[in-house]
Amino acid sequence: MTIQFNDETFRDDYSYHNSPAAIRRFPFPFDKDDYMYAVNMEPHGSGRAGSPFENRFDVDEHYVAEMRDREITLKEDPLRCQSLPHMELAGWDLLELIMEAKSEDYPELFSLHRDGDRWHWINRPLGIDHKFTFLDPTTLPYGPMEYITRQAQGDFAVLDQRDGNLWMEAGMVTSQADWSLDFDIGMNFFEWHAPVPLAHEMGIFQRALKFLLAIQQDAPSRRLNWTMTVNPRLDTSPENYHKWGPEKRTLTPENTGEKQYLRVELQTFFRLPRSNGLAFPIRCYLISLQDLVTVPKWGRRLHRVIRDLPDELAEYKGFTVNRPLIVEYLSRFDDGKPTSPGIFPDE
Amino acid sequence: MPATKFTPSIISRPIYGGLTPHGTVPALMLASGPGGEALLDLIAADPAVLPHATVIYIPEGSDLGPRLEAQGPASYVEAASYASILPRFRKLLAEAPMNTRLYLAGTEGLIGQATAEALAAGMLLEAIEAEHRGSLARRMQCVHCKGITEDVTTDPFTCSHCGLSLFVRDHYSRRYAAFQGVCVDAETPGEVPPKQEIKA
Repeated sequence: MTIQFNDETFRDDYSYHNSPAAIRRFPFPFDKDDYMYAVNMEPHGSGRAGSPFENRFDVDEHYVAEMRDREITLKEDPLRCQSLPHMELAGWDLLELIMEAKSEDYPELFSLHRDGDRWHWINRPLGIDHKFTFLDPTTLPYGPMEYITRQAQGDFAVLDQRDGNLWMEAGMVTSQADWSLDFDIGMNFFEWHAPVPLAHEMGIFQRALKFLLAIQQDAPSRRLNWTMTVNPRLDTSPENYHKWGPEKRTLTPENTGEKQYLRVELQTFFRLPRSNGLAFPIRCYLISLQDLVTVPKWGRRLHRVIRDLPDELAEYKGFTVNRPLIVEYLSRFDDGKPTSPGIFPDE
Repeated sequence: MPATKFTPSIISRPIYGGLTPHGTVPALMLASGPGGEALLDLIAADPAVLPHATVIYIPEGSDLGPRLEAQGPASYVEAASYASILPRFRKLLAEAPMNTRLYLAGTEGLIGQATAEALAAGMLLEAIEAEHRGSLARRMQCVHCKGITEDVTTDPFTCSHCGLSLFVRDHYSRRYAAFQGVCVDAETPGEVPPKQEIKA
């Protein structure tokens, strides 16, 4: 399998695009015609062939462009990558996990040779060929977490586990749906979820935490989350909200299909062996509504989900103002027919 | 002034349990303004806290200082501001013996900053008691420029560093001892809603 990497942007002229194959494999997050919060965890790492769930870390046609976008964001705001001093070991754990997984799952793109603690890492898409000493930070140009997450799609939160809780104490966050690593770093699981409506009262976080504390080595889990974003922008950070906010008001009946994107987060959870921390990658996938409706099941279903979503959720996800335009656009692709169970397109 | 009651809606906001005496163990007491009353209540509840207590009081216009000093703690000092006393407070934390109790009383900004200092010095959260007294003003961090604006009493307010109009998000960071301020007119520049007084 060879991947043709797109030359595309996630800002300014927004030349981001999905190939027909990328549309078909998009991680559509709704398994039925309505949506409410749920813990919705599944085992991760051996999903349907060709889907984003097939491998531990999905590498797709957007890889190179996403890494370029991360570099731009970090240059403007280095606080998007932070690690509290006690988290360095967890950073090495994460580096090992990603290097092992990528070299095993994509041997034509990535290679890892190990001779004791002398490691040789080759990342062909990004042109990196690097020999370093495992657990010796002076042999890397960045800290271990920053080094490897500059080469891996999606945001990464690294959580420490103690006192029966999870603490967000390191992270690389440049493609977030409106939360700030700099503000949240050091918080426990309940504190960093504080702004989420309804879910606390539903007991969602208590159940989710219980599940996450018990995750074992080599048994990762995943869930999907979603929101709506105008323009294919990865950096929808609160830090830059005053810069991208005006774009949210540029939607019209004529451009909704082209400019409105469904934003899906593939959230995965891996136990880290040395630190007993938890790696929490949050991978962002974007699809325009006009591409999404080329799968008839998805067009019908997304219309029903957005139309019937509780107001608090639309408010929290930040698309209340655009909801009427989105529903109007999607209604044209909903003929009222029943939809099949599950998230995948009908054959 | 009685202890402030908060609405329970903000999950990341610390809960200030009030000051409960822990007897004769070494004690650091730090209070500002009406927070001095909380210390007087604590001492009245159990005078045994006094012999090993170091008291720092920031009057902020309040006249409780002489009464606090007259209680006869091991040491007493009045400070012009939290910022001015911070070097001494840090030294006291660094030199505090095992099982020292920290008693904090005053505004949320004072409690939050002093708590962050104590945690950074290695004190356990369980060893810190806090009681909110006085102003409901909040300490706010601008999520855009990262500057802190003290004593915010309205929502929205103007960031004292970058000048953006910010709304008060119900999200609190212990590390910054601050709530999060987010641009209120990001999507519609110039459309700033009227200011409301912060009531909880």
